[in-house]
Amino acid sequence: MSNVAIRNLQIELGGTKVIESLNLDVKAGEFVVLLGPSGCGKSTLLHSIAGLIDTTSGQIEIGGKDMTWADPKDRGIALVFQSYALYPTMNVENNMSFGLRISGTPKAEIARRVSRASDMLQLGPLLKRKPANLSGGQRQRVAIGRAIVREADVMLFDEPLSNLDAKLRTELRRELKQLHKQLGATMIYVTHDQVEAMTLAQRMAVMKGGVVQQFDTPANIYNEPANLFVATFLGSPGMNLFRGRLEQHGGRTLFRNEHLAVDVTHYPFRQPPVGTRECVLGVRPEDIDIGNTDGAEGILGATVSLVEAMGAHRVLWLDFHGTQIAGIVQDQQKIDSDKDISFSIRTKRLSLFDGASEQRL
Amino acid sequence: MGYVVKQENAVIAVAEASSAAANDSGVAAANALSSAAGRRRKLAWTPARAGVYAFLIVAALFFLLPLYVMLVTSVKPMEEIRLGTLFALPVNLTLEPWVQAWQSACTGLECDGIRGGFWNSVAIVVPSTILSIAIGAVNGYALSFWRPRGAGVLFAILMMGAFIPVQVMVYPLVRVLAAVDLFSSLPGIVLIHTIFGMPVMTLLFRNYYAALPMELFKAARIDGGGFWRIFLQLMLPMSTPVIVVAVIMQVTGIWNDFLLGLVFAGSEHLPMTVQLNNIINTTTGERLYNVNMAATILTSVVPLALYFISGRWFVRGIASGAVKG
Repeated sequence: MSNVAIRNLQIELGGTKVIESLNLDVKAGEFVVLLGPSGCGKSTLLHSIAGLIDTTSGQIEIGGKDMTWADPKDRGIALVFQSYALYPTMNVENNMSFGLRISGTPKAEIARRVSRASDMLQLGPLLKRKPANLSGGQRQRVAIGRAIVREADVMLFDEPLSNLDAKLRTELRRELKQLHKQLGATMIYVTHDQVEAMTLAQRMAVMKGGVVQQFDTPANIYNEPANLFVATFLGSPGMNLFRGRLEQHGGRTLFRNEHLAVDVTHYPFRQPPVGTRECVLGVRPEDIDIGNTDGAEGILGATVSLVEAMGAHRVLWLDFHGTQIAGIVQDQQKIDSDKDISFSIRTKRLSLFDGASEQRL
Repeated sequence: MGYVVKQENAVIAVAEASSAAANDSGVAAANALSSAAGRRRKLAWTPARAGVYAFLIVAALFFLLPLYVMLVTSVKPMEEIRLGTLFALPVNLTLEPWVQAWQSACTGLECDGIRGGFWNSVAIVVPSTILSIAIGAVNGYALSFWRPRGAGVLFAILMMGAFIPVQVMVYPLVRVLAAVDLFSSLPGIVLIHTIFGMPVMTLLFRNYYAALPMELFKAARIDGGGFWRIFLQLMLPMSTPVIVVAVIMQVTGIWNDFLLGLVFAGSEHLPMTVQLNNIINTTTGERLYNVNMAATILTSVVPLALYFISGRWFVRGIASGAVKG
């Protein structure tokens, strides 16, 4: 179990700055997820922690030791690739023991580690097969097994579940969480799938353009997103946004635009609001009270434009004076398209962002 | 228009069936054949089809007729050849010219037949092929995975070397080899062939390894593999298709080489091609056409046999991406 500390990391690839002055502290034994859209630098960061990409400047510490220029094999890490990267000419057993054989581990120890990994991942009957004769899920398990036998302090995962079908993904997700409990190793996991990130992470770093936007627990990131990007990235369907102004009236602070007014006096402002300012109000779809008329604020009217059935709940898309907003209904009452419907906004978990800087107020 | 398309589909289906059969995938072949049979319409003889066939037959004849003449002449006694009937089948079939070509034809001063040249060629081809492929493979591997600084420049220089005609470099190479005492010797000619084979072999292997996923290499590096271990234990076992292509290219090219063997091999190691030229062009007195024909066919036996045995793998190797662009 080692911690990973990244200080002022700078990575330039082909002339472009992919990562600039990045600082990240992963505690020993923690499961950290790097989440972000394609091209945000999360895979680059992971590969530089692994030692496969050279840094332009900055330090990478693993287990308290400076590993910025160490060889990948000396860093005490293991990496699971998105495309599994299994050696096609070797069978599963040899795939897993390749690294151990290179480092001269005694045969008995190799056998012990391989059997432990294959027990954990149910690879027993597959040991003599070649990767070409395995299904996608089995291949991914072998790739994870190869990482486990290294008994590394830090395990790195580069979007390992992206190439699997949806059902397999949920299964392996649970197995990975179990694995973390069993092994207790520090795990850094890269994904663009927010569901994976939310379910697996103890702490999550949302990245955009090579910069960490917010590094916190999934619950905090979901409930208190630090900026507009994080707010809209997480949550399905995305957060509803209303542009407007903050105004002071007597002792109360109001968010106001031409169609609605919301009392935000009890909102946890980082700095007490002064005067008026342009801002954006964010309301999660589950905080839109549809049809229910005893909400905290006034009743608002909209037209139903689309109903999406999700099985357990339904997503309702409402046309509110030209903007599309999403709401969630749990009951099975019939709701017709193009009908007028009333809704209200629950104010317990709102988000306010500055209109210009898009930072949380 | 639709009718012509259907015919072409049938032709393509037959082609698919034959290539599928060649690929030993019985299921695919059966499917292709049955789908061709499923189209019960008979293929009519349009002028276009007749033209295609006519062209193919003429082209085939163009290449096969000399071979036929050679084969037929090589088994005729000289009296029949003097009759001048080039295409006639032999009346008195004799294998004497073949025996003569192999062991008693005169190659310059000695009259030991062409068998000496055969073994010389083998002695040249085997080490040259092994060395040039080994070096090309390591080069291609280093260029595509390790990508050292300046690799692009080195590669460009190597490729430039491939475009300079061999004849231009003969005299400078003679001087260089003479300076290191390797001129006119077996190690010298092997070295020459290895060097001349490097550009193409490097290109071949580099393109092949470029198509292999980089993540495989990264995984091996994380596992602790160094330059040679990753090459020998991981990349080389995966390179069978491209090695087959490289072997076929090199054996055919080096066996058929004349100029370099003539200049650099030295009189004790003259390859079969040079010996053949000696037999044919330096006879005094009567020209023994049947012996000449037999000697020529003997010289080309090795590349021909190589093609017939492994041609299928060559095509497969190219089709599967062993040679890209």
